Amino acid sequence: MRLEPKPAPSLALTLLFPIAAIVATLLITSLLVLAAGASPLSVFYLVAKGAAGSQFALLETLTRATPLIFTGLAVAVAFRAKLWNIGAEAQLYVGGIVTVVLGTGALPLPSVILIPVIMLAAMLAGGLLLLGPAVLKTRFGVDEVVTTLLLNFIVLLFVSMLLEGVLKDPMGLGWPQSQKVIAEAQLPRIIQGKRLHYGFVIAIVSAIVVWVIMKKTVLGYEMRAVGHNPEGARFVGIPVNRVLMKTALLSGGLAALAGFSEVSGLKGNLTLDLSPGYGYSGIVVAMLAMLNPLGVIASAIFVAGIFVGADAMSRTAKVPSYIADVMVATSLLTMVVAILLTRFKVRWR
Amino acid sequence: MDALEILFTASFWVAAIRIASPLIFATMGELICERAGVLNLGIEGIMTAGAFAGWFTVYAGGDLWTGVLVAALAGAMFGLLHATLTVPLGLSQHVVGIGVTLLATSLTYFTYRLALPEVTSPPKIEPFQPLPIPGLSKNPVVGEALFTQTPLTYLAFLTVAVVAWVLYRTPVGLAVRAAGENPSAVEAQGISVTGIRIGAVMVGSALMAIGGAFLTMSAFNSFFFEMINGRGWICIALVVFGSWRPGKALVGAILFAAFDAYQVRLQQMSGGIVPYQVFLMMPYALSILALILVARRATYPKALMIPYQKGER
Repeated sequence: MRLEPKPAPSLALTLLFPIAAIVATLLITSLLVLAAGASPLSVFYLVAKGAAGSQFALLETLTRATPLIFTGLAVAVAFRAKLWNIGAEAQLYVGGIVTVVLGTGALPLPSVILIPVIMLAAMLAGGLLLLGPAVLKTRFGVDEVVTTLLLNFIVLLFVSMLLEGVLKDPMGLGWPQSQKVIAEAQLPRIIQGKRLHYGFVIAIVSAIVVWVIMKKTVLGYEMRAVGHNPEGARFVGIPVNRVLMKTALLSGGLAALAGFSEVSGLKGNLTLDLSPGYGYSGIVVAMLAMLNPLGVIASAIFVAGIFVGADAMSRTAKVPSYIADVMVATSLLTMVVAILLTRFKVRWR
Repeated sequence: MDALEILFTASFWVAAIRIASPLIFATMGELICERAGVLNLGIEGIMTAGAFAGWFTVYAGGDLWTGVLVAALAGAMFGLLHATLTVPLGLSQHVVGIGVTLLATSLTYFTYRLALPEVTSPPKIEPFQPLPIPGLSKNPVVGEALFTQTPLTYLAFLTVAVVAWVLYRTPVGLAVRAAGENPSAVEAQGISVTGIRIGAVMVGSALMAIGGAFLTMSAFNSFFFEMINGRGWICIALVVFGSWRPGKALVGAILFAAFDAYQVRLQQMSGGIVPYQVFLMMPYALSILALILVARRATYPKALMIPYQKGER
């Protein structure tokens, strides 16, 4: 078997491949649905209905998509420069920590100043958390995959320590949770009485800003060059290490915004279950979007829809909601195969 | 008891060897993959799948060794999936590895919920029992630590010996090492690099799964969500720390496990002055520290993470 490069595919074909990957995913996971003794068509219908069948469902999907857009962007930015940031989960929690530290009354400022201050501080903290592994990579050659993965565990334990210590809510009846952020630090709801909040708008704006950075600025060009061919980039005078540092700051910062937006827009406080793996799902979101920042919006809504829809489905059908996690993981693998097929022709000799 | 005295007690070393056992299996598994040129980040998920498969086989009525075998087969299947995508198709080993971890973990949880829909606390099995080796187990401390373990721990040590012997003393081992260093030389001998790499990843993944099964079938007696808890990632660090050599990796795993057993005892002695989370962080922090210490002189297999296509140089 050989792989031969083929010319760049047309736009229509490029859009066709994610769809093909999703179809393949549905076919594979329908085997599991059959194993659970249910009919795949009705289960997938229930998932789709649970994700987008009503105004409530749709708003819930967009709410769930919000943190995934941030973590998806974080991964897309990093992977574009081949900085393997698997630590978005940790950076998300660091963003959450900063939000409750600054947002529970420490800074008595009006909303219009307080929220940007918290956002910037959260981004800085998340960026610095990823800067560590990035420096270890460029200085000592330590693989960032392992360090960022291990940091996820360390940071979660750190959060647990804070929630049982200095950040513990004295009125929390002993639960490991922080105090609620003050009203000035809360992101308002987009529709009164619904859960969807302005974090979603910030996420969309972030995606556009990241798209502009990646496509229209020197930094974006350098990041793509470093990811494509680091030796070549160094040869033409791109400061590869400095570009990787900037990538780390941007990527970690975006992931931290997920934590900020969840605390400030949705939950109000920091708990140990702030994220059910948004950092890891962000990898799938980014890959489904083929690392395109605007595509991240669509793929985050899609992935969120699977999770929200599967929750609703499992309440009526006897299929465990973990089917959503299987679908998301499977779509990551079918997607990388689909991307490969856009670039190469497989020739069986 | 004094903090240093702990180090001279047999019970401490018995615990250390027990904690080391799953790490030894999984580290050997990762080492085989990487020696053949494939970084296998599926390790965390494959250990989860192995932990469940072995335990569930016994729960469903199989005997313990059948459980180990089923775990190994489950691991090998995920290894085949990983290798199919990364070796002939040459896809990113980072992305595929994370994908395999996500898939193996979610499939495991799905199957668990499907098989045991109503349970609130996971059912228990009768796990492997300690099997003292007559004579040897009577030696103070060392004998007790090494020879009062369960059969799976003995198998872990045997695995290290077999892996070392195969890698350095057999033609297959030579081909595996060459596939990770200089694949075109392997092809020049008429041996398929693709075949060697797929085989190595399958065998390595089977060992990772047995490492996971150790937790549910020997260390504990039941399956919990998130019970692997980063052990897979720690094993990747241990392979680097052991400079891709079975013997050194074994020493690394035991040192690591001794440290882990020690922090648990220190935690009990500290009387709650230091938050317990600080102790729980130590294994992960130690892994990062170990990576930094050896990074400068680490000699990665030269073809690690580089896909091989026949006829290319």
